[in-house]
Amino acid sequence: MPGLEDLYREIVLDHYRNPRNRGELPCPPARRAEGFNPLCGDEVVIYTDVADGVVRDLRVGGQGCSISQSTASMMSVAVKGRSLAEVEKLERSFKAMMSIVTDGGEVAPPADLGDLEALRGVVKFPVRIKCATLCWNTLAESLRA
Amino acid sequence: MSDLAAATKTDFPLLSREVYGKPIVYLDSAATSQKPQAVLDAMDTYYRTVNANVHRGAYHIADIATQAMEEARAKVQRFIGAASPREVIFTRNATEAMNLVAHSWGRTNLREGDAVLLSHMEHHANIVPWHMLAAERGIELRWLPLDSDGRLDLHDLDRLLDGVRLVAFSAMSNVLGTIPPVRRIADAAHERGALVLVDGAQYVPHVPTDVAELGCDFLAFSGHKMCGPTGIGVLWGREELLEAMPPFLGGGEMILNVTTEGFLPNELPWKFEAGTPAIAEVAGLGAAVDYLNDIGMEAVRRHDVSLTAYALRTLTERHGERLTIHGPPEPAARGGVLSFAYGDVHAHDISQVLDEQAVCVRAGHHCAKPLMRCLGVVATARASVYIYNDESDIDHLAESLDRVCDLFGPQ
Repeated sequence: MPGLEDLYREIVLDHYRNPRNRGELPCPPARRAEGFNPLCGDEVVIYTDVADGVVRDLRVGGQGCSISQSTASMMSVAVKGRSLAEVEKLERSFKAMMSIVTDGGEVAPPADLGDLEALRGVVKFPVRIKCATLCWNTLAESLRA
Repeated sequence: MSDLAAATKTDFPLLSREVYGKPIVYLDSAATSQKPQAVLDAMDTYYRTVNANVHRGAYHIADIATQAMEEARAKVQRFIGAASPREVIFTRNATEAMNLVAHSWGRTNLREGDAVLLSHMEHHANIVPWHMLAAERGIELRWLPLDSDGRLDLHDLDRLLDGVRLVAFSAMSNVLGTIPPVRRIADAAHERGALVLVDGAQYVPHVPTDVAELGCDFLAFSGHKMCGPTGIGVLWGREELLEAMPPFLGGGEMILNVTTEGFLPNELPWKFEAGTPAIAEVAGLGAAVDYLNDIGMEAVRRHDVSLTAYALRTLTERHGERLTIHGPPEPAARGGVLSFAYGDVHAHDISQVLDEQAVCVRAGHHCAKPLMRCLGVVATARASVYIYNDESDIDHLAESLDRVCDLFGPQ
């Protein structure tokens, strides 16, 4: 099997232990969406405050495993202050890194994933891919809401 | 090493395999048990020598297949002390068995305002069918609480039973291992005119079972947790109740006559077995019952209690305060199911780290989210034992937990 060090990179564990943008936002004006991973009981709550097509603020709630929670933390850093178009590009790039082909099957455009690059090892542990994509799906739902 | 594990381990082909170059340590029998060669052979022999549809053909192998199926039913009947094979309904699993009761008995007998009493330690299979019925019929669901050790708190039982038509609860929690006093609850329910459905998915594979002693009206269990194949389960019910219930699914096998105007249902047990049954799986379940009878269910229970005691002691000695084991502390009050937390490391991460050492434990909410909420957790890691596990498996688990510490820091 691939080594666990591939999965539990130091930066991943840092985001798990010290999650960024943790908390809530008043709704409205913010929008709230929650996601569940029925397999392991992970729960992620995403609050987004969008104005003029830009994610002005974002907060993360919920509880779950190191991968689901650290991904949510890294995602919050990557997404905050970005335009909706940039967020979508990030989501597609991240999912491409997880070997998930998005609509249409075309190759996702490259994007600078920042800390999220540290999650590249997750793809070697297929069961955990759902943990890493939970917050992205929840974010998408919150932006659609 | 446990004598029972020494005698049985080699009967299970899967247990001789390796994972990542290490011998597998299988500690997830509460999810599904491994299968002995005798069960695999019974299914293989069925397909190789007598595969034909049952209760339909007049030819030789169809007759043999039908006899084999009904012999397996009689084995199950004796295994649980049922009065008649007519009371033994084959289903897909315990889940389907409980859905059968909710759908057939529940929709016939429950009216708006009637109550069904469940407990906080139920599996979703004994919750969701009642939620579905509540949405349809306006019945009320009530919940037996748990005490701080994960036992059913029965102080308020009499008050909770007021207006209750059915009490449905697990005879062994799949998370805590808790074994509630089934007879006491059943007697109290009957005094108040309520019926009793027991979820025996964890209990029947591990504890000598006699439906008359349990005092229940329905008992549901699955073949795959008792050395049998997946896809086969059992609903036992008292004959007069089953007689009065309408069929569940409609189709072949479950009818005596069909006309353009209507149908006449078949006799028990076939009234509840629409369509071609899982014949090979029934043969496998019959072989599993033989296998467990050869060991003796008292011996199975003694082994579980002794190994659970060893596990509680060993894990606590090695990991102390970092480890929280949920459920009753006395091994005799529980099954061999150990749900635990390790510091604040999430169960999914614990399971991932143990997997590296070829140790198979379950992580998650175990299809018991209301119980997770009672425990104040989102998930637990769960190790569960069966006849083929021994002290060395527990030692492997205890040692492999050290690696959690290495990766996630001292808890």
